[in-house]
Amino acid sequence: MLEVKIVENRWDHIKSMMTNFGISLLSIVVALIFGIFFILLTDQSPVTAYQALYHGAFGSFSNILNTLWRSTPLILTGLAFALPFRAGLINIGAEGQLLMGGFAAGVAGYVFTSLPGFIHLPLAILIGMLAGALWGGLPGLLKAKFGSNEVITTIMLNHIAIALTINYGINKLRTSSRMATPEIEPSAALLRFKEIPKHPIWGKLPFADIFTNPGIRLHMNFVLAIIAAIILWYILFKTTLGYEMRAVGFNSDGAEYGGIKPGKSMFITMFLGGAVAGLAGAGEALGTHLSFMSGMDAGYGFTGIAVALIGQTHPIGVIFGGLLFGALNQGGLEMQFAGVPSEIVNIIQALVIFFVASLQILKMYLRKRKEKEGVE
Amino acid sequence: MDTIKEMLSLSLILASFRFATPLILAALGGIFSERSGVINIALEGMMLFGAFAAAYGSSINGNPWTGVLFAIIAGLMFGAIHALVCVVFKADQIVVGTGINIFATGLTIFLLQVLFNVKGTSPMVARLPFMRIFDVRFSVLTYVALILVPIVWYFFFKTSWGLRIRSIGEHPAAADTLGVKVNRWRFISVLMSGVLAGLAGAHLSIGDGSAFVREMSAGRGFIALAAMIFGKWHPVGAFGAAMLFGYAEAVAVRVDFPFIPSELISAIPYILTIVILAGFFGKSTPPAADGEPYTKGEN
Repeated sequence: MLEVKIVENRWDHIKSMMTNFGISLLSIVVALIFGIFFILLTDQSPVTAYQALYHGAFGSFSNILNTLWRSTPLILTGLAFALPFRAGLINIGAEGQLLMGGFAAGVAGYVFTSLPGFIHLPLAILIGMLAGALWGGLPGLLKAKFGSNEVITTIMLNHIAIALTINYGINKLRTSSRMATPEIEPSAALLRFKEIPKHPIWGKLPFADIFTNPGIRLHMNFVLAIIAAIILWYILFKTTLGYEMRAVGFNSDGAEYGGIKPGKSMFITMFLGGAVAGLAGAGEALGTHLSFMSGMDAGYGFTGIAVALIGQTHPIGVIFGGLLFGALNQGGLEMQFAGVPSEIVNIIQALVIFFVASLQILKMYLRKRKEKEGVE
Repeated sequence: MDTIKEMLSLSLILASFRFATPLILAALGGIFSERSGVINIALEGMMLFGAFAAAYGSSINGNPWTGVLFAIIAGLMFGAIHALVCVVFKADQIVVGTGINIFATGLTIFLLQVLFNVKGTSPMVARLPFMRIFDVRFSVLTYVALILVPIVWYFFFKTSWGLRIRSIGEHPAAADTLGVKVNRWRFISVLMSGVLAGLAGAHLSIGDGSAFVREMSAGRGFIALAAMIFGKWHPVGAFGAAMLFGYAEAVAVRVDFPFIPSELISAIPYILTIVILAGFFGKSTPPAADGEPYTKGEN
């Protein structure tokens, strides 16, 4: 009897995963179809535009690597939304957490001048992650202590972060007309893949030469993002801490009755979410721009929400959501060359959000139908 | 001493009306939506799209009032998207709001290229008439905003329609049993919220300025949201908060402080909002059913 029950549950689990996957896929397809309408407004052929989009994202080895590069911050901000979401919190603050992380890492990258690389780089990354974690943990704490609505606090903290880092921080610290903090020391830079062929250690790899194209912008933060996703998956689904988080997200009062402290879960999940958003900022500062730059956040914090939804707020799903949106961003550039404004990509991404969010009603409908069947 | 004198100068106080105008309009819009039970963090995007539509409308025939009409239509369109997805499809309102904000940023830059063939700033367009008071320009929309505050207050607290909207935001099931069409009223309220946010955008592009600039809303939709919360979802309270935040913006732009950098003064509204949400100035509580989709027979 018990055996049957477990098998049934597993079957249900697979079915629900398939539904989720179907919803994500359907949303993307419908969004691309709606995108045709906007492309037609530009008097271009949708076929040419989407061909350019595809070619830009996957057309060559370098393009594929650059798709991975573009997906890196999106995977991380997606995780920053997904993890608190599982605990019932809505983190709209990944943008601010990313900025704080990027700023802190960027500053740590240039103020320490005589550290060896194996200390400087991890230190700068950790400082960035900590800055993001504190910026994310604060709304978690306020929610736990005072019941402050985390949506509003995180939105407000986004704008405070902009004022602190871009408006004030950069103005105070910049040494040239460039709206950025001073360039980081080489010892704090993340390894870029295009440097591998000439690298004293990595260059010895037999396949090192495939990375010679100087147009490759991928750097090591992609690897860190994947590791972060796996760690968060493990925490969420394989540890007591994660179980508590999910219990609070499922039913906060019930969890408290069962001896779980919801406040603690709220704080930790926001702290961790902030940390990964901070890592996104640190990666952009230490790997992409080699300084903290105005505009480097590029709305990643908000796009991350769509990424998380496409990935059904599952850490591994978020990786795929990030790859998809990274491909859209990367391919959008080529579309611009083909005469279609790359902002089409933002429009498609917004449409994906509308469709994924709307199609949740389908899940509700399926669940209700099943309940009815159960009663009869 | 000079700093204080400057801060209290008449021209600065009058200028804060100008800065407060979009905040007042959008905050009133936010009240419509949230009093009916639909969270609207899309004010920012609605404002941005309204600003673009106003500039475009004004450019068509050189009449700024066409621009105002377009801003209203733009607000209705975005309001309709928000209402359709949130009220009809019962999607997560915060997620959808974020989607609308992304949509607005992408769409306005896209349309700048398609309609004006530029990427950053639209060509100069005809702007709305204004009246000078003590050498400070007051656009027509500033007067509209000021007149709307008592009207919206009257609507919500002295008319039966206002009572209906408030009741569905507090207890939709109870309102439903009394025969109030919950989702229809929510739809209408979100549309109203779009119209007001669109007008706020029109103030930015053709009231205060005379061109659309990409991402010109620059977080004002979120400050309006803050004003709404600060004002405890009450039109007069939101007006007061919007004036305070408008004043903060005017101070940040015009006054040189000896100690606090002006870049940080612009963050004051945001900090105040966090402080008030933590309950230090008396609790600010949203309508009870704010954010909860309503399905007949479930609650």
